[in-house]
Amino acid sequence: MSSEVLQAPLVLEYPFTRSTGPVIGAFLTGLRDGVICGIRRADGTVLCPPQEYDPLTAEPLTELVEVGQAGEVVTWAWNGDPRPMQPFDRPFAWALIRLDGADTSMLHAVFAPSAAEMSTGMRVRVVWRTEREGHIADIAGFEPIPAVETA
Amino acid sequence: MSADRPEARDPLAAPAALSAPVTLPEALAGAEPVESVCTPIRMAYTYTPGRALSRYLRAMADKRILGERCGATGQVFVPPRGVSPLAGAATSEVVELADTGYVESFNITRVPIERRPDLKPPYCSAWIVLDGASVGFLGLVINLAPEEVRIGMRVRAVWKPDEELETSAANILGWEPTGEPDEVITDYERIGRIEASDP
Amino acid sequence: MIDVAVVAFTQRQEAAISGESEVEFMVPLMEQAKASVGLTQSDMGFTCSGSSDFLAGQAFSFVMTIDGTGPVPPISESHVEQDGAWALYEAWVKIQCGGIDTAFVYGYGKSSPGSLRDVLATQMDPYYVCPLWPDSYAVEALAARLMLEGGHVSERRLAEIAARSRASAASNPHAVRSEPKSVDEILAEEHVLDPLRPSDLPAEADGGCAVVLAAGDRARELCERPAWIRGMDHRGDAHTLGVRDLTSSMSARLAAQHAGVADDKVDLAELYGPFTTSEHLLIEALGLDEDGTAINPSGGALAAHTMMASGLIRIGEAASRIWRGDGDRAVAHATSGPCLQQNLVCVLEGD
Repeated sequence: MSSEVLQAPLVLEYPFTRSTGPVIGAFLTGLRDGVICGIRRADGTVLCPPQEYDPLTAEPLTELVEVGQAGEVVTWAWNGDPRPMQPFDRPFAWALIRLDGADTSMLHAVFAPSAAEMSTGMRVRVVWRTEREGHIADIAGFEPIPAVETA
Repeated sequence: MSADRPEARDPLAAPAALSAPVTLPEALAGAEPVESVCTPIRMAYTYTPGRALSRYLRAMADKRILGERCGATGQVFVPPRGVSPLAGAATSEVVELADTGYVESFNITRVPIERRPDLKPPYCSAWIVLDGASVGFLGLVINLAPEEVRIGMRVRAVWKPDEELETSAANILGWEPTGEPDEVITDYERIGRIEASDP
Repeated sequence: MIDVAVVAFTQRQEAAISGESEVEFMVPLMEQAKASVGLTQSDMGFTCSGSSDFLAGQAFSFVMTIDGTGPVPPISESHVEQDGAWALYEAWVKIQCGGIDTAFVYGYGKSSPGSLRDVLATQMDPYYVCPLWPDSYAVEALAARLMLEGGHVSERRLAEIAARSRASAASNPHAVRSEPKSVDEILAEEHVLDPLRPSDLPAEADGGCAVVLAAGDRARELCERPAWIRGMDHRGDAHTLGVRDLTSSMSARLAAQHAGVADDKVDLAELYGPFTTSEHLLIEALGLDEDGTAINPSGGALAAHTMMASGLIRIGEAASRIWRGDGDRAVAHATSGPCLQQNLVCVLEGD
């Protein structure tokens, strides 16, 4: 009897369709229409992406506000070898991005040619997908704003 | 947001409404709201079956069905998992079982299952107790109209042609009647049960 | 409060256990743990396990492993889709409720059939984050840069943590990464996900562990020097990365406070830091003094990271050192979720 370990491919797929509720729904509606929303907390600061409840006080949040389509890289990591399901098949940076008008950051991809072009605090702007449906990937990613434009 | 606010909310206070009305920015006034989003998950594994199931699957390639015996109670489990739930211990012996047995219970499926176009309704799924086994396992009753299947009916395995055999339980295409007299089941309460006190 | 102690512990960790199913490799561990204190399953007042269906690629995968306990006739049993340390917490609470004086706890994970770092993307927010599939290394790398550029830690310090884990792991037969490496050799490694290097990452393993808990006099009968649980607490930070301060761990600090870590000296600490960055944050959050406390004498999760068991293994490693008299007071820690999102802290003492 062979001692070789038997093996077989096993692929799990969950074709989830999730209800959004009014807050996440508004954010995704915005993405479809080329608008990015945050939500205002009692102290006036803005969470982006928006959440239904304040993470510190558990107060329900209801006031969705538009934030900017450019912002600042809070932190980043260079992804030299993208994994199969990730947003881009060439090396890119993962980043937490704080958009103008928001006080918290969102995770997304930054399309930079190399790690040398990335830095904390750099300015980036959204790159929209042409076909949009109300999904986080309606944002294809972010791209660096050349310094000459920010100056 | 690093402030340390461990006791920010009174845990005894009534929870706030789960979906308070929201206000939208001007840019979204009148927009058709998105209410659901498709976020499929796909994960690829390379499954390895372990010792007992590997033995079972290799034997399948030779048209043999292996079970395993519980050392404490003598009961024989199929498919084998390497462990006896009665003893909470590794099984003690590999047992070769006949490819004949009887239908302990069954159902008839009349609606198709997505992604299984090979299963044409109506078809009969049965819990089949092999000769020499203490518990039943799942199979399809074939070569017979589903309405004619009955509890106690004797069946035998219908194997794939030899040239198509693999290390797979799919080698058994289904189970067909042997024509022998039915197994006489006197105690229906016992169906589907195993008990620690069994021999 | 009922005094409860860890009285038995077994473990197995290997880079990949491809020839055995989960229940096949857990049965000997379960039997050995119970036999080491002369107990069988029928002696157990309660049984609780921790595992994950997403690792197994199979819904309700844990029920197959319960067969290994001997659940016929049915036993008093529960399961958490969490590290086994949380199963131990549930068992501890169950004993506090009264009526039983023993409990059996186990945790296991066989992540080698899939790609663990990618599977862990599914623990992220399902609307905003998971659809982008950031793997667990990428997410930790974001926290690592914040820590490095914010001056919270240096690359050398991270390399020192990695070198210490490798050195300690040399005497741990269950470690899967124990080749010694100097700090300079580690600093010379190429980045995997800049700023993380290979030695900053967990050494992924398959395996599991089993623990027996006993209360009061029962513990004293079963074990010469029981490892008494003097405090235990678990806390969670917010789920959304963007609202958290990733350069500290509020939940680990609070759990340590409530478990009473600072009430006395700590001889040794077994911390479940999957990354060097996480170990650094934990030492700070738990307020440990590295001069007086042996940190991760087993090598920790950097030396062998068995998803769903590494936390319970920390408790077992700490307890077995108390049995042996290597220390009188130990801290064990378990984590779950991205960037130390949830943390459990357990204080163990010998008489």
